Amino acid sequence: MNVKKLLIEPLRKTNPVTVLVLGICSCLAVTAQLKPALVMGASVTVVTAFSNLIISLLRKGIPSRIRIIVQLVVVATLVILIDQFLKAFAYDVSKQLSVYVGLIITNCIIMGRLEAFALSHGPIESFLDGVGNGLGYSLILVIVAFFRELLGSGTLLGYQVIPPSFYEAGYQNNGLMILPPMALIVIGVVLWINNSKTESK
Amino acid sequence: MNGKPKWLVDWFEKHEPKGRWAWLGSTYEAFHTFAFTPNRVTTSGSHVRDAIDLKRAMITVVIALIPAMLFGMWNIGYQHYLASPEPLPSSLPILTCFWFGFLRMLPILAVSYLVGLTIEFAFAQIRHHQVNEGFLVTGFLIPMIVPVTTPLWQLALATAFAVVIGKEVFGGTGMNFLNPALVARAFLFFSYPTRMSGDNVWIAADLWGTDAIAGATPLAELAAGLRPSASALDMFIGTIPGSTCETSVIAILLGALLLLLTGIASWRIMLSVILGGGLMGLVFNQVPFYYHYLMGGFMFGAVFMATDPVTAAQTNAGKWIYGFLIGAFAVMLRVMNPAYPEGMMLSILLMNCFAPLIDHCVIARNIKKRQRRALLSSKATSR
Repeated sequence: MNVKKLLIEPLRKTNPVTVLVLGICSCLAVTAQLKPALVMGASVTVVTAFSNLIISLLRKGIPSRIRIIVQLVVVATLVILIDQFLKAFAYDVSKQLSVYVGLIITNCIIMGRLEAFALSHGPIESFLDGVGNGLGYSLILVIVAFFRELLGSGTLLGYQVIPPSFYEAGYQNNGLMILPPMALIVIGVVLWINNSKTESK
Repeated sequence: MNGKPKWLVDWFEKHEPKGRWAWLGSTYEAFHTFAFTPNRVTTSGSHVRDAIDLKRAMITVVIALIPAMLFGMWNIGYQHYLASPEPLPSSLPILTCFWFGFLRMLPILAVSYLVGLTIEFAFAQIRHHQVNEGFLVTGFLIPMIVPVTTPLWQLALATAFAVVIGKEVFGGTGMNFLNPALVARAFLFFSYPTRMSGDNVWIAADLWGTDAIAGATPLAELAAGLRPSASALDMFIGTIPGSTCETSVIAILLGALLLLLTGIASWRIMLSVILGGGLMGLVFNQVPFYYHYLMGGFMFGAVFMATDPVTAAQTNAGKWIYGFLIGAFAVMLRVMNPAYPEGMMLSILLMNCFAPLIDHCVIARNIKKRQRRALLSSKATSR
């Protein structure tokens, strides 16, 4: 078992967002600011890791005909747990994320990893694979949110980063960065850079 | 070498990039062909000889834009002196107004070309393409459709965005599906709304800087539910506040005439945009329908933007549908959405997206029609 490979490869080489282009919808929805993006990334990482673990443990007992339903039940349970947890301990962020926490159930990355990895690998490997893919997703989310919040609001994690003297000199925040289309364009640019780097190798 | 300065020819021959500098090939090529037509000819194969090529088409559009540009410069100065609190001179000399506007436009034009061409050259170099003339028109159009008080750094950003995201990611000139100049304007419009709409951006307060004198465009008055205060004649001539070079219908029509005479722009698109806009204007009947032609950028969009041969529909039937919907949507947005006083930009961008679909439907219908005809005739002969 190659721990490093399982954890590191999904960050760049097999990144679920930039290489497999999965989970784009939530990337668009929660990346206007850095904080919700971080929380969303953490939530998805937890859900992918534990659903991978549980399904991997159950994989020999699940009849292959109804495996999707079983997977859904596991994922949905985990998502509800996360949702309740956020409501209890991070109410503001949970408000900001609104339905998107619940929509983790439909995140293609999770089902993709369950089908492609957890059903055919042991529990520890599956867990690590889930963590790796969750982190790969979070990485892109954080990159996109970083640029969107910095250029769109002039803040990072809610703190003013661009000094007021800039604004006095005529600098303005870029309103387009806050709007959903720009999330798509920023992800596109990240994809572009990633592709051009991997192609040249 | 008839009439070509010898020193220039020699210079180009001596400096052809080789070896270590070979990667600069396309930059060299661009300047070489810009300076004069090189003597190199192809030696084999059959070729089409035609008077019109990309360079000539582009430069014709630029020439067609010049009346609107000149008028725009004058109008910047005229609006400034008209609105400035200092006592007016008894008569406003044309040259004073023009000089003011000229000085205002010069940096805007320079920034647009500098940023756009730098990116264009860089991309051509990286991709080992030839630099082509696509940006010649785009770089001229962008300064014409922004408010005069747009800060230069925002303009630079918008130009860069338009060239990279609007054009180069799709493969450069001829591959883009959105009009790059309008992408630049849309970028400004959504990024810096306070700089692109409202009453405080249209009239320059001073020669340098980005301050403005409050003054509403006819479209803003319309969006506020008022009847435009300018007379139809004023709006026709163009002595109203607005984006730098879009106000004068006369100057734009001069350009349109050239484009139509040379056959560079499609008359079908121009006519159908006007028909669509007029019809929608009649349906809403908020102001006399022809007001919509005179206000804002309707005419500019119809003549110079909608007719962009790359982003418009290609089939003749498609051009009618495409143009008609542009006009109709533009007026609909103007009348029904008070948040967007000007609908022309958004409606052209929208129809740019749909142009391939329209073409596809037109072609599919044509194929079906011909198949049916072929089927009928084959039945008739077999009988």
